[in-house]
Amino acid sequence: MTVFIAILSRTAKALLTLLAIAVLNFFLIHAAPGDPAVVLAGEAGAADPQMIEQLRERFGLDQPFHVQLGKYVWGILQLDLGYSFRQGAPVIDLIADRLPATLLLTLTAFVISLVFGIALGVAAAARVGRASDSALTTLALLFYATPLYWAALMAVLVFSVWLGWLPGFGYETVGASYSGFARVLDIAKHLVLPALTLGLFFMAVYMRMTRASMLEVSTADFVKTAKAKGLSGPAIRRRHILRNAILPVVTLAGLQAGQLVGGAVLTETVFAWPGIGRLMFESLAARDYNTILGVFLVSAAMVILFNIVTDIVYRIVDPRIGARA
Amino acid sequence: MTYLKTTTFLIAAALAAPLAAQQSGGRLDIVVQPEPPGLMMGLLQNGPTQLVAGDIYESLLRYDSDLSPMPSLAKEWEISEDGLTYTFHLNEGVLWHDGTPFTAEDVVFSADVFLRETHARLRASLAYVDSITAPDDLTVVFQLREPFGPFINAFEAGTMPIVPKHIYDGTDYANNEMNATPIGTGPFKFQEWVKGSHIHLVKNEDYYIDGLPYLDEVFYRVIPDAASRAVAFETGEVDVLPGGSVENWDVPRLTELEGVCSTGKGWEFFAPLAWMWMNNREGPTSDVRFRQAVMYAMDRNFVKDVVWNGFGTVATGPVASATNFYTNEVTQYDYNPDKAKELLAEMGYDGETVRILPLPYGETWQRWAEAVRQNLNEAGINAEIDSSDVAGWNEKTSQWDYDLAFTYLYQYGDPALGVSRNYTMDQIQKGSPWNNVEGYENPELDKKWKAAASMVTPEERAAAYAEIQKEIVDDAPVAWLQELEFPTIYRCEIQDLVTTAIGVNDGLRDAWIEQ
Repeated sequence: MTVFIAILSRTAKALLTLLAIAVLNFFLIHAAPGDPAVVLAGEAGAADPQMIEQLRERFGLDQPFHVQLGKYVWGILQLDLGYSFRQGAPVIDLIADRLPATLLLTLTAFVISLVFGIALGVAAAARVGRASDSALTTLALLFYATPLYWAALMAVLVFSVWLGWLPGFGYETVGASYSGFARVLDIAKHLVLPALTLGLFFMAVYMRMTRASMLEVSTADFVKTAKAKGLSGPAIRRRHILRNAILPVVTLAGLQAGQLVGGAVLTETVFAWPGIGRLMFESLAARDYNTILGVFLVSAAMVILFNIVTDIVYRIVDPRIGARA
Repeated sequence: MTYLKTTTFLIAAALAAPLAAQQSGGRLDIVVQPEPPGLMMGLLQNGPTQLVAGDIYESLLRYDSDLSPMPSLAKEWEISEDGLTYTFHLNEGVLWHDGTPFTAEDVVFSADVFLRETHARLRASLAYVDSITAPDDLTVVFQLREPFGPFINAFEAGTMPIVPKHIYDGTDYANNEMNATPIGTGPFKFQEWVKGSHIHLVKNEDYYIDGLPYLDEVFYRVIPDAASRAVAFETGEVDVLPGGSVENWDVPRLTELEGVCSTGKGWEFFAPLAWMWMNNREGPTSDVRFRQAVMYAMDRNFVKDVVWNGFGTVATGPVASATNFYTNEVTQYDYNPDKAKELLAEMGYDGETVRILPLPYGETWQRWAEAVRQNLNEAGINAEIDSSDVAGWNEKTSQWDYDLAFTYLYQYGDPALGVSRNYTMDQIQKGSPWNNVEGYENPELDKKWKAAASMVTPEERAAAYAEIQKEIVDDAPVAWLQELEFPTIYRCEIQDLVTTAIGVNDGLRDAWIEQ
């Protein structure tokens, strides 16, 4: 019951935060130099005052700032993210179009990095000081330090251009019109390189964090007790050390999960992945205000959502947290 | 007497056609960069939109690489001797993609109603037009108020795309839901657009020219990263890289690959010319000696050879050499830093810093700005680079907040369409990045620009424009840089891809793949 009330109060606060974020974003984006009407007219390579005026009127930019803000907030309250005049479609549709591709990519990367990161971290901690530990740690450091952009291009070069094993671009084979299992397989093939590239960095972070945390906990008194009881090494590591060492990893995972929507701009760009990060980036370049604000809002909602989820996971992993709260 | 032109062209075109038998079938994958905001060409006139929608929409004419008109929706046309009446005879049996017959009423609606409201560039030409009428279903007559020399160039697909009256008449054009599924008369029909991934066009089986088009389908692929686009071509994901879709330094590598061809043709109608706006209103750039010093200080051949990998031609003045009425009999600004220093000393340049605003279109432009800054520094001009993104660039140029700003513009075949707008005083208006942004004021030349536009014979116009070019080059209102060349890179088995003055933009009608 306390958990339920806690979640309820968190949700109420979250909604208020979200609204504040929407308003703040609105101010920020309008403070940036540039005007969507001029950008659109500019792309035409010719413009006259009549055209600019028509566009500004269509975009609603001819109205006073407070009216624009009021309309926007009123729309948000009714769950209406507005209309993208540039793309001629409601923002919610644009986002919904791109969301599945992004979630598929970021969730896959998330799972890969979490599973392999923790597993490798545990393995490295168990072999601390040995050659295999050094190898794993060095590898993690390498992944951690490699710029994502570069790693992505190199992955395409090696696995797509030289070896020809995997497709380097896109979400699925364009024009192949696969269906059923063939389509799933096709998408999975396209997913491998971007998901691995995106996952490597966080995998390295999780691994190093798990390893360090495991080593720290393994010197605690209760571990000695467990050893004294005669428990086996793997059982101690799994039931006693890991469970206590995992909290910092959960915290970080919560942070990464918050970026599931907007955090893959670079990967999506290099791999031509039709996701929401690119939508955001391109809308920003075009000053497509409603679309940027929509993506920002959805991303903010994800961050808040995963903060709450992280809190719940804390309580499950370590029941003492719920008791204290 | 009227000029009868078309039959000659039809015969010439038939003779020029290659003897090899064209083969039907096949699919092309072409890069489109960036993803267009929409495909309704009557509403959007940007490059990516025209690249894709140029297969869907058509206009009355097409143009060969010498800018001579060729038939398209119009099979024949006549211009009266006084240059005031343009009569077009349309092809029979043309259908819109939804099956509705295309008639002269569609042309009248497009030019007189729809585009007058939506198309800024055409609107300037339509100011010369008194009436547009359709005496019958297959004839359209444009009656002009006064002669307008370049009017025959206004019937290109991007300038006057013919849109369906039965879909747009009486609607709110910008919000018409059919904009998402464009209906044209062109050789390819819109099939599907997966946003962020690709646009799929399929062959128009009912196209009014028997046997055309040859290709079954076309995929326009959206690949946002320039390096990835180069790799996509290498791996065979895409077959055609339209001009400007990869960075210049990748061009030699790609064209050296086996089975890869490239051509610099297909840009004659646009003839993109790059220059730097120089703010004529204030600061050192308001002094003509400073502007001339900038011209002499720049090593433009170096930029062409290094930054542009040898593609392009150093510009001599406001008119590009592919554009009608170009002359090179003007003052030549060869690289001469000493001369630049002399001019600066003469004007008493006090070392005031000038800001250079690069065009935010990728690495090439950034490097170009760096090369110019270095040249200016060497000549004793204090210059620094003040970068911005596309929206910021638009804002700064259209609000005149710059000292030197890179840009390039299309010329549309005629100085009266694509050149004079950057130099006459009636084009000094805040809010547009494409007019007389530099603030050049020369009332004498204004009269000459205006007169040259209304002359009837090409000979008169050539003489008038030669005079204008000679005078304006000495004033250096802007710093002319280079006629840009964007090679189209494609697999050699693709034939007849670039056959007109707008290249890939309307080339797929005739393109075919050799098996």
